[in-house]
Amino acid sequence: MNKIVATAAALLIALGSIAIAQELRDLRGTPPDAPSVVNMSLQWEGREGRMVRNYRQQPPLIPHSITQYQIDLRTNQCLSCHDWTKAGERNAPTLSMTHYLDRDGTELDHIAGTRYFCNQCHVPQADTEPLVTNLFQPSSTD
Amino acid sequence: MTTSESRRTFLKASAAAATASAAGIPLAGGQANAQIGIPDISWDKAPCRFCGTGCTVLVGTKNGRVVATQGDPKAEVNRGLNCVKGYFLSKIMYGEDRLTQPMLRMRDGKYAKDGEFEPISWDDAFDIMAEKWKETLKNKGPEGVGMFGSGQWTVWEGYAASKLMKAGFRSNNIDPNARHCMASAVVGFMRTFGIDEPMGCYDDLEAADTFVLWGSNMAEMHPILWSRLTDTRLTKEGSEVHVLSTFEHRSFELADNGMVFNPQTDLAILNYIANHIIQTGAVNEEFLSKHVNITKTDTDIGFGLRDDNPLQEAAANPNSGKLTEISFDEYAESVKPYTLEYTAELSGVPAEKLEHLAKQYADPNRKVMSLWTMGFNQHTRGSWVNSLMYNVHLLTGKISEPGNSPFSLTGQPSACGTAREVGTFAHRLPADYVVTNPEHRAKAEKIWKVPAGTIPEKVGFHAVQQNRMLNDGVLNAYWVQCTNNMQAAPNMNQEGWPGYRNPDNFITVSDPYPTVTAMSADLILPTAMWVEKEGCYGNAERRTQMWRQQVHAPGDAKSDLWQLMEFSKRFTVEEAWGEDFVATAPEMAGKTLYEVLYNNGNVDKFPLSEIQPGHPNDDANHFGFYVQKGLFEEYAEFGRGHGHDLAPFERYHEERGLRWPVVDGKETLWRYREGSDPYVEAGSEVQFYGFPDKKAKIIFAPYEAPPEMPDEEYDLWFCTGRVLEHWHSGSMTRRVPELHRSFPLAVIYMHPEDAAARDLRHGQEIKVSTRRGEVTSRVSTKGRNKVPKGLIFMPWFDEGQLTNKLTLDATCPLSKQTDFKKCACKVERV
Repeated sequence: MNKIVATAAALLIALGSIAIAQELRDLRGTPPDAPSVVNMSLQWEGREGRMVRNYRQQPPLIPHSITQYQIDLRTNQCLSCHDWTKAGERNAPTLSMTHYLDRDGTELDHIAGTRYFCNQCHVPQADTEPLVTNLFQPSSTD
Repeated sequence: MTTSESRRTFLKASAAAATASAAGIPLAGGQANAQIGIPDISWDKAPCRFCGTGCTVLVGTKNGRVVATQGDPKAEVNRGLNCVKGYFLSKIMYGEDRLTQPMLRMRDGKYAKDGEFEPISWDDAFDIMAEKWKETLKNKGPEGVGMFGSGQWTVWEGYAASKLMKAGFRSNNIDPNARHCMASAVVGFMRTFGIDEPMGCYDDLEAADTFVLWGSNMAEMHPILWSRLTDTRLTKEGSEVHVLSTFEHRSFELADNGMVFNPQTDLAILNYIANHIIQTGAVNEEFLSKHVNITKTDTDIGFGLRDDNPLQEAAANPNSGKLTEISFDEYAESVKPYTLEYTAELSGVPAEKLEHLAKQYADPNRKVMSLWTMGFNQHTRGSWVNSLMYNVHLLTGKISEPGNSPFSLTGQPSACGTAREVGTFAHRLPADYVVTNPEHRAKAEKIWKVPAGTIPEKVGFHAVQQNRMLNDGVLNAYWVQCTNNMQAAPNMNQEGWPGYRNPDNFITVSDPYPTVTAMSADLILPTAMWVEKEGCYGNAERRTQMWRQQVHAPGDAKSDLWQLMEFSKRFTVEEAWGEDFVATAPEMAGKTLYEVLYNNGNVDKFPLSEIQPGHPNDDANHFGFYVQKGLFEEYAEFGRGHGHDLAPFERYHEERGLRWPVVDGKETLWRYREGSDPYVEAGSEVQFYGFPDKKAKIIFAPYEAPPEMPDEEYDLWFCTGRVLEHWHSGSMTRRVPELHRSFPLAVIYMHPEDAAARDLRHGQEIKVSTRRGEVTSRVSTKGRNKVPKGLIFMPWFDEGQLTNKLTLDATCPLSKQTDFKKCACKVERV
């Protein structure tokens, strides 16, 4: 499937210099001076199971809602399942071991301060389609 | 995919592999390779494309495409860490709707303002564009043409653009979107220190004891700096975080002292802190007498609105930035009315919280880092409030040393490196030189090898003024590069949209994607982005960093640099300058702007043989010389020996950036401090050398109310801003499916009681309106932002809901930066 997309994309790129009409459409869908269209709902539907990464270095996406989670000076609720001390019994993925290294690379038994706010990198996903297709291809599909 | 399915697939694949290997058949796709890694991805460094933090990432490419990105462990800024946007950089260039050919509004095979977009060749695109620019130059002169650029331009793109406008078209009508972002910070720096950009650096994030956020939501807008600050707070005994804002946001999660204040009262709070320092005897008198002058600024200066606006006409000293020297006692008297009681009452912040904050600054044993962004800068008294912040640090001498650091953060990746340092503003030239100073113009003309008198003295139209002048038909030929200003600029309904669609005007927009701005144009030019070209950015801590081209741009997309330089070939000096001026410099007669500006012996000085082997460089190969190096070295001449020294070009390709001034190969971490800054003379301890007497200025300014406040009809404050997952207008992030799904549409954050009073439930569709327009959205009474009663907050990334139909184009009268944080609105059910 990815091969087909890639071939089609390459063909499009090759034809780019010849004048084939590129359909122009912004993400808005209506002219800038027309009223706004709000058709998406606010529902954040949890996805079942873990999501495949696009590449090894990508932070895993969160397959559940986190709206009620507290992460602040007092507590970090994510750690109550995902810290290495809890993950086994809670049947949750353990934090990457990189998260137990401080800025200078020193090994820690608790999460590094630089990694404390999980939601800087890890985000949940709403159940909605992309606004436009993204033609990115991971390296592992060959 | 369920677990059992995935396990079945895995077992099947393993079985197939075992069978194949037993039969000696190599499997297509190299399954074994995937398991025993033969490295097939090549990695190279690049600064992140997003915010002003300036993280370095490693970009993985394979077969001419970016296949992965990761944080660069060798980068001092981020040490291997990225935020979620940075981790998804790999996808920003691959939206299916990338523009790959120029598109012109046409009807019956000809350009028509009201036509439909049709593809044309680059040659035809530049033909029509040059025709319109020449017609405008002939009818209106240089004031009729203009350009709007970006803090996302590379250093050499901004430099080439500035040169093309100021020396090529002899027009100062060039301004960057950075005007919307940190112009007030610049004016604050220039008025207080006489030289732009922070004295400290990110190392202060590990060195300070107390961090104070003033109108900055670092947790979302500068996540990697926030992670460094968080680390210090969680690991350093006694450290504290104070957060001030007009609503509660994610940064409050780490706050020891969180303060929600009434809009605009930050002016009063800063004067209260100064008063507290004076009243408690905490002034560092030696520092003050040796290094600081004391002044006050003219008051009642208007709101940067159109001159015929009644509010503007009512001002006693419209747009005045005049400073008057005062004594310390006079200054002490000026801040005396800002007592704890008065300030608590005005600001709505409990007195004990304010006092706890003031003590952080007053205590000589605590190192304090103050951080701010849009809350200060997007403010009708933005220039004032920046200087009021420095007042507090100067009174106590807490400045220019590790951990004592007033620090202005920036939004865009090269707001500092390009917009500010290169001088792409309507009044600026490179390295803090300005067009109004004849010596500065002469210096620029000499470096650029153009005739004396080429650069005009008159300050050009700033960002907001450009839209007004388009609307009025004064500015007719206009080029927007690397920014989405129809979505970003204030008061779209009354200024931006009618300005672009004014039949007298020809609007060109260069962009990788069909943004709202591109769709509002007459001609769209497809543009190469990020690692599709060699580039250079400068971050908020004066760090200049470069990257090499790593992949080719799709189709006919070309870099902004290529576009600027190719367009310059379309004009002879006679057409651009007029016969009269050419007569004063006959040696230039008959030359094209390209020959004068870029074939000048500087820009074309370095041969293609100097390009790093193994990397493409489409721009250099096209022009036949190492164009990026030539532009950089010519530009660097402005700053060397002038407090803005840059290292030689090649060094930046080796380093993860260097903080200027770079003198004798060494970067500068803290400016103005002896031993750290090579420009400070031995034995002087501290020198604020931006001014001839080497002293900084305390600038007193009072609290003054904003131009539009909630009233009976428009009964709520309207405040705009951003979210972590989308960078600014969302033109890149919303094309990355994971980022889109993480925050798919803008919502309006509202206090639950305000919602209940309007019979609204969380998630419901609403109409927000101001005196300028209306937008439909959804209300959110929970989630990451908790707003106080009487205020709503709306992020502006969602082009489905154009936030700037609502905003007021009131600016700081000195910086001309819009206050996107304060106007009056109402909310109704749909």
